Amino acid sequence: MASETTTPTVLASARPARPALRYAGLLWAIGIALLLPLFTAESYRLFQLTLAAIYAIAILGLNLVTGYNGQISLGHGAFYAVGAYVAAIMMDKFGLPYWSTLPSAAVVCGLVGYGIGFPALRLGGLYLALTTFSLAVAVPQILKYKGIEEWTGGVQGVLVFKPDAPFGLPLSNDQYLYLLTVAIALGVFLLARNLMASRIGRAIMAIRDHGLAAEAMGMDAARLKTSTFAVSAGITGLAGALSAIAVEFVSPDSFQVALSITLFVGMVVGGVASIIGPAFGGLFVVFVPNLAEEVSKAAPGVIYGIILIAFLFVLPGGVAGLLRRLAARLHR
Amino acid sequence: MSGNVAALLEVRDIVIRFGGVTAVGGVSFDVGRHQICGLIGPNGAGKTSLFNCISGFYRPSEGQISLEGRRISDLPRHRMMGLGIGRTFQNLALFRSMTVRQNVLAGAHSQGKAGFLAAALRLPSSTREAAAAEDRARALLALLDLEQFAELPVAGLPFGWQKRVELARALISRPKLLLLDEPAGGLNHSEVDALAELFHDIRRNFELSILLVEHHMNLVMRVSDKVVALNFGKKIADGTPAEVRSTPEVISAYLGEQAHAA
Repeated sequence: MASETTTPTVLASARPARPALRYAGLLWAIGIALLLPLFTAESYRLFQLTLAAIYAIAILGLNLVTGYNGQISLGHGAFYAVGAYVAAIMMDKFGLPYWSTLPSAAVVCGLVGYGIGFPALRLGGLYLALTTFSLAVAVPQILKYKGIEEWTGGVQGVLVFKPDAPFGLPLSNDQYLYLLTVAIALGVFLLARNLMASRIGRAIMAIRDHGLAAEAMGMDAARLKTSTFAVSAGITGLAGALSAIAVEFVSPDSFQVALSITLFVGMVVGGVASIIGPAFGGLFVVFVPNLAEEVSKAAPGVIYGIILIAFLFVLPGGVAGLLRRLAARLHR
Repeated sequence: MSGNVAALLEVRDIVIRFGGVTAVGGVSFDVGRHQICGLIGPNGAGKTSLFNCISGFYRPSEGQISLEGRRISDLPRHRMMGLGIGRTFQNLALFRSMTVRQNVLAGAHSQGKAGFLAAALRLPSSTREAAAAEDRARALLALLDLEQFAELPVAGLPFGWQKRVELARALISRPKLLLLDEPAGGLNHSEVDALAELFHDIRRNFELSILLVEHHMNLVMRVSDKVVALNFGKKIADGTPAEVRSTPEVISAYLGEQAHAA
């Protein structure tokens, strides 16, 4: 009896020891890579990395709905904008603390996403693409609307200020913001990973793969799609709020249609339907345009386009696809 | 036992019209508990339309369908699995980007409750539920000899194995009624023989009823306790395989195919 109960546990703990070690090593490496810029990067570089982490969160939101659920959104920039304005207005007009704006922006954007997704998702893929696109076109103009100028600051926008590090931590504003953003990003990525590994995640993918079969498996496709869209909008809205705090300024011109396309590009480059992909997507959309500018001041757009195409040629599955291939090779 | 008196599935006066065309014109039959019922008929007889009605994919124009006395013909199709009706598809409807195991687990969706928040936070209720589903998936993969493929993308499997994955996916939620749409379609002789064995195993292990739509006469006659034959949207026979086989209308409906059945 005793041997029967102990043998399996010994086996269970002995066998995965090596992969677990490798896993721990990987976590350490990631941790160091994330903390290193705190000590080495100058403040502008740190700001760029903060922005990349913020974009990574926004792209993760988009990836849930477009990558995993197969619903094309060309307007996630609108949720980013709404999140940013929610944060800016709460801080500037109501004097509320910066941290309280983050969950608020997520909830507001989640509700807006639910309201838009509810009718649009019932019409199917291309209609959603157009509905979201029109949202991305409309939002910057709505933000300039005279009637709400008192809140939004019209074309002027709203100025906000970076928070100081709490508890007297010996960190500059930029260092603190970087740390805060990375911590939030890690949290959001972890939650998203849990979600996608659950029954809900399976349902989200099943609906993308075969809608009718998903319904035959008892999945309420219409409801799940709407909820996924709402969650996705909420995550992107949270990123928007962080961006308002990091950039210390919101204005309608920061959230043009191009922003939505940028998020879409980041998603594809990082890896469609991947959790880790958006992290690389965020780095790409922040640093590659700068790189293009350095290569050619005259035509950075051309260089950016060439880099983008070259990237997709070399990494058809995005960065996440490359990582998957590498992991498969290591496991063999 | 009064439980045997009431049928599990009652199909009553079902009429299905597509525009001006009547595909099914007033069909009634029952499927009893733990019974294997074959639905046969020549092409265009209305089998598939009727099947899709029972699985909730079409609404009947007239008539009603009940499971355990509860009317189901006006419920949305995503409710069927939760009520105990599992199904497979004629031309495979797997989740192609997912692994075999994920496909089977997807079938357990209706048995879970965890929502977005519980799943993202891995609340104890959600992990307990997930562990139970994993256990059942493991048992089914073993039962259907799918273990060696469990972590492979389902799209890469041979056709016959993909059909098994569909079966596992339908069985994991422990349905009371299993609807099989041409389970032998595309299978070779030895695979069909194995299938007949499998159906009897499944009925025994899962204590369920099976309704199958099938072209393969040999299989239907071998596994069914009861056969319902349709032609031109009307029921032409309903009884044991032997009774149905000797019904003149069935013989004339099938003509040449009758020789194959015998």
